[in-house]
Amino acid sequence: MASQSLRPPLRASNVNVFSRRIKSNIVSGLALLATIIVIAPLIAILFYLLKQGITSLNWNFFTKIPVPAGESGGGMENAIVGSGVVLALASLIGIPLGIGAGIYLAEYAGSTRMGNLVRFTADVLNGVPSIVMGIAIYALIVLPQKHFSALAGGVVLGIMMVPTVTRTTEEMLRMVPHAIREAALGLGVPAWRSVLTITVRTASAGIVTGCMLAFARVAGETAPLLFTAFGNAFQSTSLNEPIAALPLQIFVYAVSPYDEWHRLAWAGALVLIVLIMASVALVRYVTSRGMLKGAS
Amino acid sequence: MTQPAKIFVSESSTPPPDAKQPVKPSAVRTFLRGRGNSAIADGIFKALVFLCALSIFGIVILIAWELISRSHLTLAKFGLGFFFRSAWDPVNNDFGAFPFIYGTLVSSFLALLISVPFALGVAIFLTEMCPKWLRAPLSFLTELLAAIPSVVYGLWAIFVLIPLLRDYVNPKLMFTLGWTGFFTGPNAGYSMLAAGVVLAIMILPIISSLTREVMTSVPMVQREGVLALGATRWEMIRIGVLRNARIGIVGAIILGLGRALGETMAVTMVIGNRPEIVKSFLAPGYTMASVLANEFSEATGDMYLSALIEIGLALFLVTIVVNACARMLVWAVTRGAPARVA
Repeated sequence: MASQSLRPPLRASNVNVFSRRIKSNIVSGLALLATIIVIAPLIAILFYLLKQGITSLNWNFFTKIPVPAGESGGGMENAIVGSGVVLALASLIGIPLGIGAGIYLAEYAGSTRMGNLVRFTADVLNGVPSIVMGIAIYALIVLPQKHFSALAGGVVLGIMMVPTVTRTTEEMLRMVPHAIREAALGLGVPAWRSVLTITVRTASAGIVTGCMLAFARVAGETAPLLFTAFGNAFQSTSLNEPIAALPLQIFVYAVSPYDEWHRLAWAGALVLIVLIMASVALVRYVTSRGMLKGAS
Repeated sequence: MTQPAKIFVSESSTPPPDAKQPVKPSAVRTFLRGRGNSAIADGIFKALVFLCALSIFGIVILIAWELISRSHLTLAKFGLGFFFRSAWDPVNNDFGAFPFIYGTLVSSFLALLISVPFALGVAIFLTEMCPKWLRAPLSFLTELLAAIPSVVYGLWAIFVLIPLLRDYVNPKLMFTLGWTGFFTGPNAGYSMLAAGVVLAIMILPIISSLTREVMTSVPMVQREGVLALGATRWEMIRIGVLRNARIGIVGAIILGLGRALGETMAVTMVIGNRPEIVKSFLAPGYTMASVLANEFSEATGDMYLSALIEIGLALFLVTIVVNACARMLVWAVTRGAPARVA
């Protein structure tokens, strides 16, 4: 198949080596240019964020709750705590479910029809817009309860973590050499213990990586929290009440007309992005060192 | 099974095959015996992880069910016509989703138009041209673009991108391309074009990383064969790589489209949020996701809520179809290697 499709472009049209070489160089140049242009907005965003964020970041930001518009001072202490509460709840829901499903896919399902169906559904679920998830949970939890709550926010983010955790867990478990499993089973270890203490343990660094990736992804989510966690101007850690969250607060401040609030939004964005980038960089570091230290 | 494990070999080599078995079991064995019957535990464990896997179906079904059952009011009143009507009047309970569908489609296609050439360029550069030492840092940087939260993109767009477009880019566009009718009218900054640009930046990493994955899965032999026939580098990429990877690349682009369709926060912050259909890209618009973000929490009245939920349902169905197509195309090329989560 390849040889047939190769013939015309190589022989008939391009006899002139010089013009072909020039064309090749032009395309190479364009590809390089594209890469530079793509990196540019990233640098621009990070630079601007640092510039704006650092000047407005101070101790009050971490220790004070928001003040009404027009007054100076105030911070996002409640939003940081709120994000922590919601994300903890999300992890509690998303990580066990995801790891369980990943174990099923890697250890039991293999490439059976059921396994492929789960894989496919997980990938499709991963592409469902976060705002749609938010609506579904709104209909499921907020409407019957008749009030917004941190619980609903945690459930949404937890559900959103499941597909990512599932797929990375499976990927990592599949990298564990078969010989290790066989060795465990050969020693008479029950299958479930072999999975938990041998396979999962061997791939644990990789699985943690996947969980952190999922965590970093939902940590910046705003849309599904708009009508589940809703936001709260005061300190609250109750699961049954509306709660503030860092991305929500950034959104509210960003679209507001006050300069003071804009500065707080930049500071919040800086804090959020430092948290996320730190976890992504950590993930990168762990994966580059080889996920399967124990296996080799 | 065919290859004996290392640990197993060393242990089984100790007792001679036909000798009497030692009566005393090994320490490992006694330890395991002490743990009781494993058949039940195995069954329970398997059932437990199977339930976890089923929960993924459960989530999808739950979302679909909630969306359908909560939007039955407008489904019953307007039927399919809901998607082709332009009215949006919460006071008189008159709803139609057409302006939002239009805005979603136009902003997403603008985003694809801008980002696909760049994404392909980055993927080609990173897989085929880039020196090895530069590859890891560069791909890390492009992936960082994916890690920035939507709301931060929106914040940046409001304070940097929109002034930039309004003061420098839009006047030039109006001057040179105004005759097409796509770049006319009041230059407010908050516009379909701004949304398209932000979306383009946001979907670029997913398109380029999947394209890269597809391109690296093309066997080296293909490249070597084409080079051996005397091809230049670009010919090698075009004939040896792109031609073999094209299905997967299309899949990557569709996956990017899926992301763009559902993207909410950044778009809501820059598109201007006006439910009108205007030909000019410099005019404000509205998307399905942003109308949900803006109006959902203050929707009063069952009809209003039902209309919004029906928009959510449409968004859900569209993104599911788009994602399913894209996944199948990508899987067709990178079979075996599971898709990376971006």
